[in-house]
Amino acid sequence: MTTVIKAPGEAAAERSGGAGPSGERGAKSSEGMVLNVFSHGFLAVWAVLIVLPLIWLALGSFKTDAQIGGSALSWPSNWNLDAFGRAWDKGIGDYFANTLIVMVFSVPLTMLLGSMAAYVLARYPFPGNRFVYYFFVSGAMFPVFLALVPLFFMVKRFDMLNTYQGLILVYVAYSMPFTVFFMHSFFRTLPTAVHEAAVIDGASDTRIFFQVMVPMAKPGLISVGIFNILGQWNQYILPSVLMQPQTGSDPERYLLTQGLIQLQQQQGYETDLPVLFAGVTIAMIPMLVVYLSFQRQIQAGLTSATLK
Amino acid sequence: MSQVAQGRGRGGFIAGFLLAPLALYLTFVIWPYVQTFGYSFTNWTGQSPTFDFVGVDNYTALMKDEVFRGALWNNLLLLVFVPVVTILLALFFAFMVNAGGRGGAGGVQGVRGSGFYKIVYFFPQVLSLAILAVLFGAVYRTDEGGLLNGVLIRLGLVDRQHPVEWLNEPRLVLWCLLLVVVWHGVGFYLVLFSAAMQSVPKDIYEAALLDGAGRAQTFFKVTLPLLWDSVQTSAVYLGIAAMDMFVLVSTMTSGQFGGGPDHHSEVMATVLMRNFLYFGKSGYACAMGVVMLVLTMILSVITLRATRRERIEF
Repeated sequence: MTTVIKAPGEAAAERSGGAGPSGERGAKSSEGMVLNVFSHGFLAVWAVLIVLPLIWLALGSFKTDAQIGGSALSWPSNWNLDAFGRAWDKGIGDYFANTLIVMVFSVPLTMLLGSMAAYVLARYPFPGNRFVYYFFVSGAMFPVFLALVPLFFMVKRFDMLNTYQGLILVYVAYSMPFTVFFMHSFFRTLPTAVHEAAVIDGASDTRIFFQVMVPMAKPGLISVGIFNILGQWNQYILPSVLMQPQTGSDPERYLLTQGLIQLQQQQGYETDLPVLFAGVTIAMIPMLVVYLSFQRQIQAGLTSATLK
Repeated sequence: MSQVAQGRGRGGFIAGFLLAPLALYLTFVIWPYVQTFGYSFTNWTGQSPTFDFVGVDNYTALMKDEVFRGALWNNLLLLVFVPVVTILLALFFAFMVNAGGRGGAGGVQGVRGSGFYKIVYFFPQVLSLAILAVLFGAVYRTDEGGLLNGVLIRLGLVDRQHPVEWLNEPRLVLWCLLLVVVWHGVGFYLVLFSAAMQSVPKDIYEAALLDGAGRAQTFFKVTLPLLWDSVQTSAVYLGIAAMDMFVLVSTMTSGQFGGGPDHHSEVMATVLMRNFLYFGKSGYACAMGVVMLVLTMILSVITLRATRRERIEF
């Protein structure tokens, strides 16, 4: 005797196919066809509205200045990468490097400190635990704006305006609410048996965290990591307040987002639009790559973060 | 004996793990927030270390500030339209993507290519606001070179000699900005609503289907009530985003820190930054920050209460 295990979808199809009278089914499916065309139409139009401006912008970096001022629908006449080279020389390369330097430190530090706090709050009952947790998480409720004025003077007092380390610390602090919130719910789901076994084997709490818990929490860490990379890479308000040269002799340490806006303002006088478009394209590509390689984790992470 | 030692060790461990994160968070996040309240009652300029306590003077001045009141009104408009438009579009697309396809042998399924749509729609979300500002600055150009004007001229809808002055037209500028926010946000909420829709058990849809429910009925009677929690949360998030708007307004519109033409696109955040960094009125700027905070809190509470419904368990 053989049992055939059906896929749930198949079984459902069979069931509903058998249920309705066949005449009615025919009418239904022709209505379905019309609606399918209709819904596909809307979906496709929105997809075009998303993709078209981006492609149009990237094509702009191959146009000449006169062409950009002319018809928007013209095709670029020359396909060289001049504008990209000029954009790189104009500082995009440096801004890119500045952003990378900050993030090489800020993202791992965010992950480390955020998961340490989340782990303790998720797994060790102590008086005030709930309070500290809500204290951490509540930071996500307020717009960054409200803190900007005092934050500027706070960083100034530490003599860390226009320094990498100043911005790194601020990034870590402002990423804390989301990171703690997310990792807290993740650590709670990990089984306690593994923890107990490690205790019996004589591992210290610190050792358990680094050698048992962190490896087990890897999927969660990857999700939070991607969100922090996206968030910190795209940050504009914090660097534009904290990364301004304070005196004439100060080095310019603009980040990529600041640099783009500056380039946009400059081209008002210089009119080299292809450079601006090339700069934006350069800034867009890494995010496109990160997004396409991790889009599964991003969508899964988003789901579990917002629906829990 | 050993338990005591372990307990003591554990206390140290907890403190050790919390110390650095808490210290950073307190210094750079919580303390500045708290200070904003204090400074809002002073005439601090930000330059000199001395300042006087002026009571509620900043707040009474705010009430009389025409520019700030205009900005407040614009923020309120955005606060209504950004969530409503974004959520409606995202719900519509999410339903299409997840339950739109119903041809063939029956059963509820997404349209073909739903995975592709989810990937494409979400993409604007990973772009920085700075990129959006440059991109849409180019799209809204006032000559033929702008994508919108270029297309409209080609279609013969706009005269080549008089293209639309999107961002310089007082009546249009706010809606142009709204469009950017919606373009940016729909994908995120589509994915969010999709996840919520997928967590609804399939048999509920099948039951509705067997009872002869059409697509519209399925949506309004089944999907929407089950999704209400996510819709509510989204409204609050979008409301907070609509309170901000700083990057887009300050970089896309005319004027020092944006807000032009003639304050028609002003939002509270741009007025705040102008007063802080340009006029040097730090105390006054802090008072605006407090008003923004209070409004955000009030609006979150109102949204949550107004949209409250019986929670449906499934």
